[in-house]
Amino acid sequence: MQDATVKAATYNDKVVRQFAIMAVVWGVFGTLMGVIIASQLVWPDLNLGLSYTSFGRLRPLHTNAVIFAFGGCALFATSYYVVQRTCQTRLFSDKLASFTFWGWQAVIVAAAISLPLGYTQGKEYGELEWPIDILIAIVWISYAIVFFGTIGIRKVKHIYVANWFYGAFILAVALLHIVESAAIPAGWFKSYSAYAGVQDAMVQWWYGHNAVGFFLTAGFLGMMYYFVPKQAERPVYSYSLSIVHFWALIFTYMWAGPHHLHYTALPDWTQSLGMVLSLILFAPSWGGMINGIMTLSGAWHKLRTDPILRFLIVSLSFYGMSTFEGPMMAIKTVNALSHYTDWTVGHVHSGALGWVGFISIGSLYFLIPRLFGQKQMYSVKAIEVHFWMATIGVVLYISALWISGVMEGLMWRAMNADGTLAYTFVESVKAKFPYYLTRAIGGFLYMSGLVIMLWNTYKTATSGKPATVEIPAVVAHA
Amino acid sequence: MDIISILRILFTLLTFVLFVVIAVWAWRNRNSKNFKDAQNLPFDQD
Repeated sequence: MQDATVKAATYNDKVVRQFAIMAVVWGVFGTLMGVIIASQLVWPDLNLGLSYTSFGRLRPLHTNAVIFAFGGCALFATSYYVVQRTCQTRLFSDKLASFTFWGWQAVIVAAAISLPLGYTQGKEYGELEWPIDILIAIVWISYAIVFFGTIGIRKVKHIYVANWFYGAFILAVALLHIVESAAIPAGWFKSYSAYAGVQDAMVQWWYGHNAVGFFLTAGFLGMMYYFVPKQAERPVYSYSLSIVHFWALIFTYMWAGPHHLHYTALPDWTQSLGMVLSLILFAPSWGGMINGIMTLSGAWHKLRTDPILRFLIVSLSFYGMSTFEGPMMAIKTVNALSHYTDWTVGHVHSGALGWVGFISIGSLYFLIPRLFGQKQMYSVKAIEVHFWMATIGVVLYISALWISGVMEGLMWRAMNADGTLAYTFVESVKAKFPYYLTRAIGGFLYMSGLVIMLWNTYKTATSGKPATVEIPAVVAHA
Repeated sequence: MDIISILRILFTLLTFVLFVVIAVWAWRNRNSKNFKDAQNLPFDQD
């Protein structure tokens, strides 16, 4: 009885700790997979001649591991932490929260086994076969119950803006996952999509782009709206702007998918509509970026001494850059050059490594010491080293692929005076070698930074002990 | 034009009007006490 009372008066940080640590572990694993496949592009023999370790099987393992394992665990950890702190109440259900942790880890392990074995639905970012899809849906619905249940029992009047973003992320991903995964099973490890032809392609990219919009943007903006103000020790720059750009994102993101299908069998009007809505998307994206960066206004000097804040703020500059680049690439004439080239891969990584990675790393560095009753990470110097390794890594990576992508696009379209193609395909592949090598080095640096973070996390966890934090007496909010 | 298309058009226009209303509301309340309270929620404890 007394135990229950004590529990009710404290936050549930156990599940936050579990997810936070696994985020770091999966971060190393996912980027390691990335480094392996990047190296395979430089030295093809590294596929070892085995189907299990071939590029086609490890590439989905890399994307699933970094997005859903690393990104997913970071989002679970921070959303559970933030929703409790800003609602000043314990999680709605400890058991269900614990189920989301173990269920999500089971999904990741199932992915890590089934993808190298070659079981796939063949849909980008939605490769996992139907039994795993069902487990994802069950875990996700439980996550929604824990999150919205906690908001339901909040002790304060307002629902803080970070929770709006986390909430949108949870709801949209449930919708996206269930629609995208609809399939007819043909045995335990094989299924056929419920959609056919161009509809299948449109559903795929409606899902694919909104996975970027809601999983990789809205969720991480939730993180940004809590951890940037906390680390900068100033409230968010403009609460009005946060509301306007939130709703602008919600109303526009769903339309942007067709820009992945320019110059395909998709009706032309759908392509043009997707392009226009992608251009409009620039405004709400920059709304979030400006709001985050301006939160620091008047406290810029903190960047000089605080590597965590640097991670958070640099993440916003990468967010701004990628969300400028994205709408530009959605313009049909630009896309005619960029599509199917390395430019796209470079763009994705400027968002993934720069924005999603940096904001998660910064937030985790804020979170981990507090979860173990410490004031700061075991080594602040190591955070500093990590910051520079990650920054140099991203810059090498994306600039290499910009050059390689534009070069490749120009080579493909170059023609001789008589109208024949100036280059064969293999000549464009050969020309990319130095850029692939630079990209692999950039990726290796980024991964090594995460290894340092893993060591720092281990040291912080073992030199402290799991902290139990009491919920403060309700602060009066009229 | 069939009824489904008309409903789709109306829904799209309606969501746009809704967005404009939200934007105007958020901007008019920019200095309100509610927004200030909400803005400070992350600092209310720890």
